[in-house]
This record gives sequence, C-alpha cells and structure tokens, in this order.
Amino acid sequence: MNAIITVVGNDKVGIIAKVSAFLAERSINIEDISQTILSGNFVMMMMVKLAEENSNLETIKAELVELGKALNVSISLMHEGVFSAMHRI
Amino acid sequence: MLFTPLEIKETVDMFLRYKLDIRAITLGISLLDCASSSGDEARKKIREKLRRIAGPLVRIGRDIETEYGIPIINKRIAVTPIALIAAACSEEDYTPFAQVLDETAVELGIDFVGGFSALVQKGFTSGDKRLISSIPRALAATERVCSSVNVASTKSGINMDAVKLMGETIKETAEITKDRDGIGCAKLVVFCNAPEDNPFMAGAFHGPGEGESCLNVGVSGPGVIKAALEAHKGASFDELADAIKKTAFKITRMGQLVGMEAAKRLGVPFGILDLSLAPTPAVGDSVGRILEEMGLAAAGTHGTTAALAMLTDMVKKGGVMASTHVGGFSGAFIPVSEDEGMVASVRSGAMSLDKLEAMTSVCSVGLDMIALPGDTPASTISAIIADEMAIGMVNQKTTAVRVIPVPGKKAGDWAEFGGLLGGAPIMPVNTNSSEAFIARGGRIPAPIHSFRN
Repeated sequence: MNAIITVVGNDKVGIIAKVSAFLAERSINIEDISQTILSGNFVMMMMVKLAEENSNLETIKAELVELGKALNVSISLMHEGVFSAMHRI
Repeated sequence: MLFTPLEIKETVDMFLRYKLDIRAITLGISLLDCASSSGDEARKKIREKLRRIAGPLVRIGRDIETEYGIPIINKRIAVTPIALIAAACSEEDYTPFAQVLDETAVELGIDFVGGFSALVQKGFTSGDKRLISSIPRALAATERVCSSVNVASTKSGINMDAVKLMGETIKETAEITKDRDGIGCAKLVVFCNAPEDNPFMAGAFHGPGEGESCLNVGVSGPGVIKAALEAHKGASFDELADAIKKTAFKITRMGQLVGMEAAKRLGVPFGILDLSLAPTPAVGDSVGRILEEMGLAAAGTHGTTAALAMLTDMVKKGGVMASTHVGGFSGAFIPVSEDEGMVASVRSGAMSLDKLEAMTSVCSVGLDMIALPGDTPASTISAIIADEMAIGMVNQKTTAVRVIPVPGKKAGDWAEFGGLLGGAPIMPVNTNSSEAFIARGGRIPAPIHSFRN
C-alpha cells in the first residue's frame, strides 16, 4: 500500500537523515519527498510504498511515533486513500 | 508529489488536532427470518445469525483503523425492530430478547446493539405492547442494548396513546435504574418519522424495508468544522456557509471511503452514510462551541436557531455530493450531556428547555440527553414528547426525545452518566400540569400536507 508520512515540528539537523534511515532499515521505499517551511514549522512529506499489505503496520506506526519523540517532531503515517478521497474528486 | 503540502497538512490536522473520526460503523441485520413460535428457538436463531454476519465486524473495523489511520469509535449492530420478531412467540416479557442481543454483543466485542424497538405511529399490535412494557426491565438488565419507539409520522399523525405510554415508560425506566441517575433512559428514544437506516444510537434499527444486511457509516467532526470557522472570523454568512460546506464534503468523502471498504470486507452492501456533527463530552468536540464561533456569546442566546439552521443545511449540502447514499439523520446533533459547550450554556442559564425545543425544528434530531427533575410527572414527559412529535410531523422531519428524569434530583443538581454519555445539570420543566391533555389518548390526525400521492 502507498502511505503518506508527515513530519512536522521545529527544524534541526538530521531529521531527514534519521527518518530516511528508519525507512531504509525496514525496506520501505520512498517514492516521493518534499520539504518546506509552513506557518513557521518544518514540514516534510513522503510518499512511501509498504511492501506487504497491513503487515506489522501497527509496529511501524508506533516506532515512527517514538522516533518523532526522539527528534522532537510529530510523525504520522496515513493511507494514501484518505488524501485521495478528501482532495481528489 | 501527488498532493500539495497544504492539502496534506489539512488532512493530518483534521485527525491529529481536531479529532475527526468515524463515529460508528453500524451493521444492519434483518432478523425477520428468526421469528418463531418458541421464544427460545427465536433467540437461538438470533444468536446464530448475529454471530455469522457480525462476527468479523470488530476485527475488520480495527484493521481499517490501523491501515487507514482513521479512528472508528464504535462498532455497532442495528437489528429489525424486535417487536416484529418476538410477536410470533407467546411470551409476555421480551427482556430475554434484549439479553440475547446483549450477550452476543459482548461476545463479539460490539459496542451497542440497536433495535429493541417498535413502530406504533398508527396503532399497536400485541407484540408492540409487550415490547414497550418490557423496555424498563430490558434496559435495566442489559448494558449495550438500545431501544426506540416511533410514535408519530407525517403520514399517520401522532399516536397519543403511545405518547402517554412512553411518558410512563421513561419514568419507570428511570426508577428501575435510579442507582445510576436513571441511565436506562439514555438508551431509550421516542421518534417521529424515524429513518430506517439510522446508524446512530440510541435510535438505530434495521427497518423492515431494508435488505438482508448492509453497512451504514456515521461520520462526525465538530472540531474540524469549528476550525474551518475559526479561519473565517468576521466573514459574511455567505463565506461561512461555503467554508462549512467544503469541510463537510471532505469529511464525508472520508466516511464514504471507510464505509465502502468495510462493506467490501464484510461482503455486505454499503447502506448509507450519515454525516452528522455529533459531539462528545471532550473539549474541542462540541456543537455548542461551533454555534458560539459564529458570533454568539453563548449557545442558547438569540440567534442560536438561525446559526443551527445554517450549520445543519450546509453540512447536508456538502455531504450530499460526497456520498452516493446519504441517509440517517444527517445534520447536527444537539445533545446536552454529551456536549461540553451545551453543558456550559445550561449551567450559565443561557440555554433553556424552550430554546432547545425551538432549535430542534432545524437540527437533525431533537431533544437529546436532557436531564429533568426526578419528580417530573409522566404526563409532563408525555407532553414534552407530544410537542416534539408535532414539530417533526408538521415539518416532515425526524424528531426525537431522549430525556432522563433523574430520580431524587431537582433542577440545578448534576446528573452523571459517564463515558460518551457525559453528564448534565438538571433543567427545570414548566410545572403547570398537562395531565388532562395527555389523558385524552387517541390519535392526532396527520397534517393536510401528508396527502401527497
């Protein structure tokens, strides 16, 4: 499944590197990535491809939340379908 | 990038900051084929059918939550009105039917079962009478079963015998659950023009006109709508209306996505999507606060009915294009105990019972989760019901009454129901008697505009 990862918080060195490394370790491919400063916040968005439907998704989400805590940013992972439903008619 | 950063931020904020959720996925199941002259046989069939069809509901709901990252608060079942099923057996007390629904719900992890119901807008069958007389015991003996009785419709008028009976039933239900502030009444709704595809408790049931089974979805998002309004401070109503409509559209699309997915995985047809702003007691999840965001110092002051009318209409207009089948109530719920903003308004005296009644002429349901003094006579409760049914009947809309006369408490006291039901200050009622009015019985005829055929 395709999912969108968002990382929002205060900018600092190494956020992109740490998140990318986390995904690489779990063989999650980054298909697209963009990063910007929105309303004063560091905002990074990644479109990723998860290999096996639903497999250990809960663990990955929990680990991302942990990683976010360590980096002092908030990280979320959501199914691409949610964004398509909401923003593409 | 498929989506712009703003779109992504908006969606993520809806879930993380503004508590957008799927309020309920509700599996409607017909029990018509479970009727039997033996009560035990009927209950056995009911248990087996619920297990078979609803068995995977909770697991599928959890899978979708994890996969899509959308919280689904409740997984529910709505069944054919039990009065129709139990009528075939000769039992006087239908409590065992409520118990089998409750036990099966616990077993399957289902949060609520709706359908301990009867439709009596034009008259009673013996099954209807037996069901209504069983309501107090059934609600006291179960945790997850909800009950509703439709006593009026635009087509049939108001069954005033039923209105009288429901006033007494509500009193008895409160009395029998008095150790918990009459909580049984929080699971009991009296309807006019009840929709047969409503996924919201306590009024959910699977109407006799529905198919074998289907999956309905109820979406809610007061926080998201409020956030949209906050971005339009001082804007005209035209702009405000458009903002609500666009947000409602987005929320509904998300519900449609989850509903279609859940229906597909369960192997049942998708029923309807009910887009209703339904509050919870949590701060940030209040319909009352949305009304205040429009510029009212407190929900309940002058202007509140107009604000609610626009809100309800825009929610519907946004939702209709986003989903193929919109049904249920769709609009805005204004329960008191479940809404932190409404509770604050009642406390400060800004909100009265009379204003709430006026607001129900433009909201999606009616007088909902209102705590009344314990010594309120049954005839006064019946009269409150009659007024509300009249609003629904004449205006061709659904209205409902869910009030709780809290035993042993008086106006100004606090009643606590817990969890999603919240708590509320007890509101005073008009103490002039309606006894002789309710004692008349009979039926108030349908209004002239019911003749459309």
